[in-house]
Amino acid sequence: MSNQATLEDIPPSRMSHRVDMATVGRTQSALDLASEQISIEVSKLNLYYGEKQALFDIGMQIPNKRVTAFIGPSGCGKSTLLRCFNRMNDLVDNCRITGEVRIDEHNIYNKHINVADLRRNVGMVFQKPNPFPKSIYENVAYGLRLQGINDRRKLDEAIEKALKGAALWDEVKDRLQENGMGLSGGQQQRLVIARAIAVEPEILLLDEPASALDPISTLKLEELIYELKSSYTIVIVTHNMQQAARVSDYTAFMYLGELIEYGDTSTIFTNPQQKKTEDYITGRYG
Amino acid sequence: MTNSVKTWWKSGTQWVWMSAGAVSISMVMVFGLLLLIAIRGLGYFWPTDIAQMDYRERDGSVVQLIGEYHDTELVSASRLRSAGYNISTDDEFITRYLLKTGNRDVTGIDFKTIIKPNIIKQDYPGKIIAVERREWGNFYGYLLDVKENGKVVATDEAAPEALNKRLERATDLYDRIREIEKDDIGGINYKLERLRLKQRELELENDLTPERQQGIETERKQYQDEYHQLQQHLSELYKQINRDSFTASVAGGRTVEIPLAKVVRVYRPNAMSVMDKSGHYLAKLWEFVSDEPREANTEGGIFPAIFGTVMMVIIMAILVTPLGIVAAVYLREYATQGPLTRLIRIAVNNLAGVPSIVYGVFGLGFFVYFLGGNIDRLFFPEAAPAPTFGTPGILWSSLTLAILTLPVVIVATEEGLTRIPKSIREGSLALGATKAETLLRIVIPMASPALMTGMILAVARAAGEVAPLMLVGVVKLAPSMPLDGNFPYLHLDRKFMHLGFHIYDVGFQSPNVEAARPLVYATALLLVGVILILNLAAITIRNHLREKYRTMEA
Repeated sequence: MSNQATLEDIPPSRMSHRVDMATVGRTQSALDLASEQISIEVSKLNLYYGEKQALFDIGMQIPNKRVTAFIGPSGCGKSTLLRCFNRMNDLVDNCRITGEVRIDEHNIYNKHINVADLRRNVGMVFQKPNPFPKSIYENVAYGLRLQGINDRRKLDEAIEKALKGAALWDEVKDRLQENGMGLSGGQQQRLVIARAIAVEPEILLLDEPASALDPISTLKLEELIYELKSSYTIVIVTHNMQQAARVSDYTAFMYLGELIEYGDTSTIFTNPQQKKTEDYITGRYG
Repeated sequence: MTNSVKTWWKSGTQWVWMSAGAVSISMVMVFGLLLLIAIRGLGYFWPTDIAQMDYRERDGSVVQLIGEYHDTELVSASRLRSAGYNISTDDEFITRYLLKTGNRDVTGIDFKTIIKPNIIKQDYPGKIIAVERREWGNFYGYLLDVKENGKVVATDEAAPEALNKRLERATDLYDRIREIEKDDIGGINYKLERLRLKQRELELENDLTPERQQGIETERKQYQDEYHQLQQHLSELYKQINRDSFTASVAGGRTVEIPLAKVVRVYRPNAMSVMDKSGHYLAKLWEFVSDEPREANTEGGIFPAIFGTVMMVIIMAILVTPLGIVAAVYLREYATQGPLTRLIRIAVNNLAGVPSIVYGVFGLGFFVYFLGGNIDRLFFPEAAPAPTFGTPGILWSSLTLAILTLPVVIVATEEGLTRIPKSIREGSLALGATKAETLLRIVIPMASPALMTGMILAVARAAGEVAPLMLVGVVKLAPSMPLDGNFPYLHLDRKFMHLGFHIYDVGFQSPNVEAARPLVYATALLLVGVILILNLAAITIRNHLREKYRTMEA
């Protein structure tokens, strides 16, 4: 593991002081996406809940096989934006969207897009671990079975791979038939990640994945994110700025439904261009 | 002082006491009721000693009586005096007994009320026999001799043994006769009826070619031959069973001859030890749950009623489950939540409050006459004018009860669906499952314990319901059961017997209410037992499901 963080590295209060980028081993550079492959492209995205507008004219590009973090105060729309990427907002009544979100050159809000296929390609992990009340094995197999894969050998292989990918294999390999609800919170969250990567998506959306976890589980999860980034484009929403600084390559700061600043993580944290960003990361509000 | 009362009042202890009191009252009532019906019902099968007494009648004449004590009550002496009794004691209250004297064929009545002071002397002679008969109720008396073809073969000391041996033979023969009459001849009749229907069907379709006619005739001939053979065999058996009889003297000295073919069992309760009585008790109890009723349902067992009740409830559960799930899923998951859904929900809840007899009338009008009538017209024209499904039957009863219990199942299932956390549904959707897949694979299995709760309530209600069934399928005595050995084995068009209706019928419609009353208690106990077993089965399944689908908050 490259990131040998210990308990002391996690500060007791979340955002009361500016993150010292030296502690997370970053050097400063400007946002330069020219060298990156773009995975998600958002343009002129507006989102309304009924009459109330929740996202204002969002435009951004999320690079392939990098970790992009969304930060911002509660209610700023970062989770809403994240849920636009796999159309989870469709589940909300009277939610209306204008603008485009392009993944692999396709606007996912196009009428011809199959939402189930989209979601298979864009995995999501939620704030609270939500394993199904099934065995560990069946939890991971769920997405595969949905695709009609029922061959025992294929399933066994895919499940081992996914659980290894989520760094959970060693802990559960002897009790795959036990109920997934019986695992600890951190294990459950990794199980959910294993479930998401079992269907081999290209993009992983993490919606405050560590907010319900204890510090040690959080650390393990961050290590996992660091490893997963070689194979997946990861977008993570977090309240914890240290976490954003530690795990992400790029960071977007959102405020009241607007994208205020988007840039290289070290730039955002050490040399923000916007006053609002600076106020937030120095803890003046949030 | 006032302060401490105030604090006590504020602490809320009084509410705890009130709740505990309410719970205790409910428990006492439930267990009291169960205890009452258990004692009254189960006591009936115990062989009571038979008393022989000299009794002074109202007019002063002395008669001999033989019988079992059936009931006791205290009556005021003045009332008895005004009724014509000559009572010499000073007691204000006199004990009055109800004596079961049996021998309905001799005396015309089974029961006699007697008052204690008028009993001159009584004892319990060991030689008195009680005879359980297939007709005319019990017989009490003294065994005199045993006859074969009208000739005496054993008397006095030898008689009891000879009687037992011959009774065994007669019982065997009786069982064989029953078997042939019910199973073999019943089967042939059923096949003949099907053959007739087949012929009629071909006739109606103008398809009755001479070859087919020939085939049917040969088949019919074959069945009729079988039938005649059985008939011959039967008359032989009847001759054999009617060979033996015995004579006995009744109270007052008259002698009566009783053919053994009419006897179920003979016993001497006064001479029986506790062990013998226990054996007799168990045999009677087993007969009660496993045998068919005799004598207008007042004797014998109630197996067809148990079977009918359980079967109807199971069919009801099979019908109501998919209906309830589909309705609840639509209401909760697919329908737009608005005034209309709210209205539907109110309507569903109110449906649970509609009197059950209304469902019965609806079932008769819609299911039996409309649906059944049309099914008959479309699929069973050959049976016309006799109805097949256009007459009350077990299918219509189950359907009517399914409609009756539907609201309970819908409400419980909806409740269960609401309780599934949103995060679990999102987890499934985020993996690329459609809404339907999420419902089928995750949500409905997780809501199944709630569905089972609905089923438990539905089963409890359905098994106890009588009023609507009287209109849509229950009968006093069903000639055949809805499940038997004749193809297609399951006969959903047949009428059936039901424990609840049996209670009503035996308790209030039978020719001999007094004799049948203990049976009412026993049947009630059995009905409670059947409901309990059905519920326990459902609860076991629910607990199993709960364990399987327990979520984080559990």
